Amino acid sequence: MQKVKEKIIEAILLICSSITVLTTIGIIIILAIETFQFFKDVSIVEFFTGTEWTPLFANKKFGILPLVSGTLLTTFIAILVALPLGLTIAVYLNEYADKRFKAVIKPLLEVLAAIPTVVYGFFALTFITPILQSFIPSLAGFNALSAGLVMGIMIIPYVSSMSEDALSAVPNSLREAAYGMGSTRLQTAFKVMLPAASSGVIVSVILAISRAIGETMIVAVAAGQEPRLTFNPLNSIETITTYIVQVSMGDVPQNSIEFRSIFAAGITLFGLTFILNNISFWMKRKFVQRYE
Amino acid sequence: MNNARKNEIKDNAFKVFALVCTSVGLIVLGLLLYNIISVGLTRINWDFITNLPSRRPGKAGIYTALLGMIWVVTLTLIISFPIGIGAGVYLEEYGKKNPFAKFIEINIANLAGVPSIIYGILGLELFGRLLALGNSILAASLTLSLLVLPIVIVATREAVKAVPGSLREASYGLGATRWQTISRIVLPASFGSILTGLILAVSRAVGETAPLIVVGALVYVPFAPKTPMDQFTVLPIQIFNWTSRPQSGFVVNAAAAIIILLMFVFILNGFAVFLRNRHNRRVKY
Repeated sequence: MQKVKEKIIEAILLICSSITVLTTIGIIIILAIETFQFFKDVSIVEFFTGTEWTPLFANKKFGILPLVSGTLLTTFIAILVALPLGLTIAVYLNEYADKRFKAVIKPLLEVLAAIPTVVYGFFALTFITPILQSFIPSLAGFNALSAGLVMGIMIIPYVSSMSEDALSAVPNSLREAAYGMGSTRLQTAFKVMLPAASSGVIVSVILAISRAIGETMIVAVAAGQEPRLTFNPLNSIETITTYIVQVSMGDVPQNSIEFRSIFAAGITLFGLTFILNNISFWMKRKFVQRYE
Repeated sequence: MNNARKNEIKDNAFKVFALVCTSVGLIVLGLLLYNIISVGLTRINWDFITNLPSRRPGKAGIYTALLGMIWVVTLTLIISFPIGIGAGVYLEEYGKKNPFAKFIEINIANLAGVPSIIYGILGLELFGRLLALGNSILAASLTLSLLVLPIVIVATREAVKAVPGSLREASYGLGATRWQTISRIVLPASFGSILTGLILAVSRAVGETAPLIVVGALVYVPFAPKTPMDQFTVLPIQIFNWTSRPQSGFVVNAAAAIIILLMFVFILNGFAVFLRNRHNRRVKY
């Protein structure tokens, strides 16, 4: 009797873990089926090479490139902020700061990642954009710049915490060897420790990029809803995620081509982040245990 | 100037630069809080909390959004916690050398990186249309449950992993079965750390906006939800809606609602940190 009960419990627990696999399968199947339907009406070549995205207008054009460029633009600005800041903080906390300082600063910085993103959107639109406009008069009310900057601040803890973990996993013997050769702290940090932790640092940056690509509310609030093939950060743009929000908020009838276009946009987004996540996972597997 | 002196200057310059970098994040955090509090604090009063939404910013309140949020988050808890803890226990206690468990592990790492809006698309199709739950509270809770599942699973695994093998062996030595050992020894011993993970999952669910918009949360709900099948709105969506309106009165409302939202998030996160510290101090095997 006891044995049967044990087996049943194990089976239930196995089902619990299988739900995560079913989630992934569900996402892929749903995106694939609806996208397949979508491509019956829209040419796949037009979708990936077209430079105009106007599914909600009378003259519908389905070229995803403006949405991709908007997504990449805000992501690029965010990484431009988060990479140097996050990496410097990681090196400083690991090589210079004393334990008590680190114990206070690390959780404080992680508060940045806990704030709901709609709050950052509000902050970008009502605070950062007006400040930037007083320096740059040509800045649009909705723009990629302020959304990207705020997003960069938000992902600082992703870069700093994970890079710091990678740095502290480097064995102390390397550091001592560098000091023994007469290196200064700065030289040790940037010429020995950082290269030794490089795979972990790269993983943290890739995950931060993936996070920025999928970020929705900041760009939906502050970056605008004008799909535009441009890399000028002063313009109003539209990201893939914003487009999905825009359609979801509107009165688009289900099963229409406009409605299906969010699945095609979604699969593009999923593809981008899926590739990045797998690269980072592969790197972690391959390089992380080199010093053990 | 000799080389040693030059290096010392460089070293100090980096130190200053690093402190500036660290403070940039913290200063922005401070500005954000200051900005929101200075705009919204005076708007918060009892009427703001108990009023229904309105077209006039001075009369609008967050009552339906607050109740909607409590509904959605509570149901998300009830659905995701048993499944997440079960999955975490399975992966750590049963599936150690099993190739399927390895596969699940890779899969969870991947799911944690899927943008939240994609979960919204999954919820819209699977729960909203296939299971015909529409844009109900239940559809939203099921969607958020899938979203926070990786967080719960990873937290459970870490917690269970930290329980020393000697406790398990002692239990087996007394003739306990595997499940008896897990339910009476391992889970109680790891309860504190699991709870920390659960609270962080709740905090995530409280602030999540995009997937609920896709599932079909409404922006204007003139009644308080009464059953899980009712339509709903939540606080972050109310904030999004007010932020995108042109009248300045709604911006004030948005800031006030953000203060309430942040209070929830900070209390939850603070509680999680407190539990973690207390647990780390108390438990020494």
